[in-house]
Amino acid sequence: MTADTFQPVPSRAAPVKMRGTVAWLRRNLFGDWMSSIATVIIVGVFLYVLPEVIDWAVVHAVWKPDNDACREAAGVGACWGVIVEQYRLIIFGRYPFDQQWRPLIATLLMVVPLVASCTRPLWSKWLVVAWVVVIAAFFTLMKGGVLGLVPVETSRWGGLPLTMLLSVLGIACAFPLSVLVALGRRSHLPAIRSLCIVYVELIRGVPLISVLFMASFMFPLFMPAGTQVDVLLRVFVGITLFAAAYLAEVVRGGLQAIPKGQVEAAASLGLSYWQTQRKIVLPQALKLVVPSIMNSFISTFKDTSLVTIVSLYDLTGALALALGGDANWRQFYLEGYFFIAAIYWTGCFAMSRYSQWIERQLNRSNVR
Amino acid sequence: MSENIISFEKVNKWYGEFHVLRDIDLQVKKGERIVICGPSGSGKSTMIRCINRLEEHQQGQIVVAGIELTADLKNIEAIRREVGMVFQQFNLFPHLTVLENLTLAPMWVGKIPKAEAEERAMTQLKRVRIAEQAKKYPLQLSGGQQQRVAIARALCLTPKIMLFDEPTSALDPEMIKEVLDVMIELAQMGITMLCVTHEMGFAKSVADRVIFMDQGQIIEQNTPTEFFNNPKSERTRDFLSKILAH
Repeated sequence: MTADTFQPVPSRAAPVKMRGTVAWLRRNLFGDWMSSIATVIIVGVFLYVLPEVIDWAVVHAVWKPDNDACREAAGVGACWGVIVEQYRLIIFGRYPFDQQWRPLIATLLMVVPLVASCTRPLWSKWLVVAWVVVIAAFFTLMKGGVLGLVPVETSRWGGLPLTMLLSVLGIACAFPLSVLVALGRRSHLPAIRSLCIVYVELIRGVPLISVLFMASFMFPLFMPAGTQVDVLLRVFVGITLFAAAYLAEVVRGGLQAIPKGQVEAAASLGLSYWQTQRKIVLPQALKLVVPSIMNSFISTFKDTSLVTIVSLYDLTGALALALGGDANWRQFYLEGYFFIAAIYWTGCFAMSRYSQWIERQLNRSNVR
Repeated sequence: MSENIISFEKVNKWYGEFHVLRDIDLQVKKGERIVICGPSGSGKSTMIRCINRLEEHQQGQIVVAGIELTADLKNIEAIRREVGMVFQQFNLFPHLTVLENLTLAPMWVGKIPKAEAEERAMTQLKRVRIAEQAKKYPLQLSGGQQQRVAIARALCLTPKIMLFDEPTSALDPEMIKEVLDVMIELAQMGITMLCVTHEMGFAKSVADRVIFMDQGQIIEQNTPTEFFNNPKSERTRDFLSKILAH
């Protein structure tokens, strides 16, 4: 070594080659011959399939609720007329036709706190109050019997409002329950631990369909004669318990990942068990499993379509009801399914984006 | 004679079949500064972790600040309010800012209003010379800075006793000194300190007593001068020759 003094090298701008559209294309799509071939094949498939799809879905499609025109176009163009004709039955199910403004308002009301929950500055105690008020309003509107509203039995609730109710409330109840179960499975108290293990393994070990069947058909048999629990409530409890069992395992996965030192540090500072869980363990554990939690939420959202088998007409069930009951339109079920698929997809995609947003919000502390 | 603030009497502990602490007798006076050394696995960390019940002893009696450690949660919580601890791996809460790390326990355990807790936290951060990092997150700091935050965090509850469990073992050599400097300042304040460490320079300059442990027992305890210049047992001499050789 000859240099006596340390000479720092000044930082320079990155080479120009790394920036710009062409550089991006080269790096990402044509990096080597393998990725170039892949790019060409994928673009080729798109160019081949896309015109056919557009032809069917747009060019030759029938947009008016004209049954004859739809029958003529069958096989060549889509019949979106079926949705124009039947949308109210698909969206609101068997809810009395002239009262359908009530589920419409109820569903729109539900959207308000949903959107508010996704806006960080609005996270406060008022949000909880808003949720309680909206849910109360939802039930009042849907059920009626007060304020001069005609009573509507829960068995006639259907379509999108039912799907929303089951998934939003199901998730909202399943999540806190799952956290308790996950903590319980790691408890030092054998009774609590066993109870949680039995619950998770029992529920996780059977298909949702059988849980729904039990809630709907078997449960009343065990009840004393004369007692009646609303079928919607029973199914709701079934879905919540089912979703919570899966979620509990996701949450437990997050809890396992928190180093023991975190709990020891909290203990050495005198924090109690619940303070430690609430302030130290859960915030870190839940942050780790946000993608998996959202995965479970999305599953639950779509699983609500299974309530059809116990005669509750959610979105999927209402579609079958709308098309199955009408000989003229029955053959256009594919278009109907595309329609509700689009509704489900919108919901799932929104949840997925929300999860990514939450992750970014929570990762602030990891930015170096 | 000042009173004993920590007292171990015939304390025994097992990990399953492994007898990790054997007949430990230890009396610590108020304000005393003690360094505990010994080979790894000798039970020194386990011993100090028994003081705030991060580890449970199975036999014998431990009394800390006049309170006996039993399974009674009340006693454990009372003792933890009097005892601060600093860990080898810092164990800061990564999801909270430095300031939040410091105010958490005063606000939730000490029931102190936020503004006062923050004021107290800033005082401690100034003491460890890191006040300008209050709004950062722990992972944005260097190891030495994190450990100084951890010390400040423990001090926020104004403990009577501070436990240090190998506080410099996870640090780069360049950062050891900044942490030791803070610890030396603390030692001069008169707080009771128990420190598991292999920093013999620290032991020589601040300790009132050095304890040497091996195989779950206290082999020897003496003033640093006596301990280093005139070790009594063969095992101590052997250990010292190994760690002081380089």
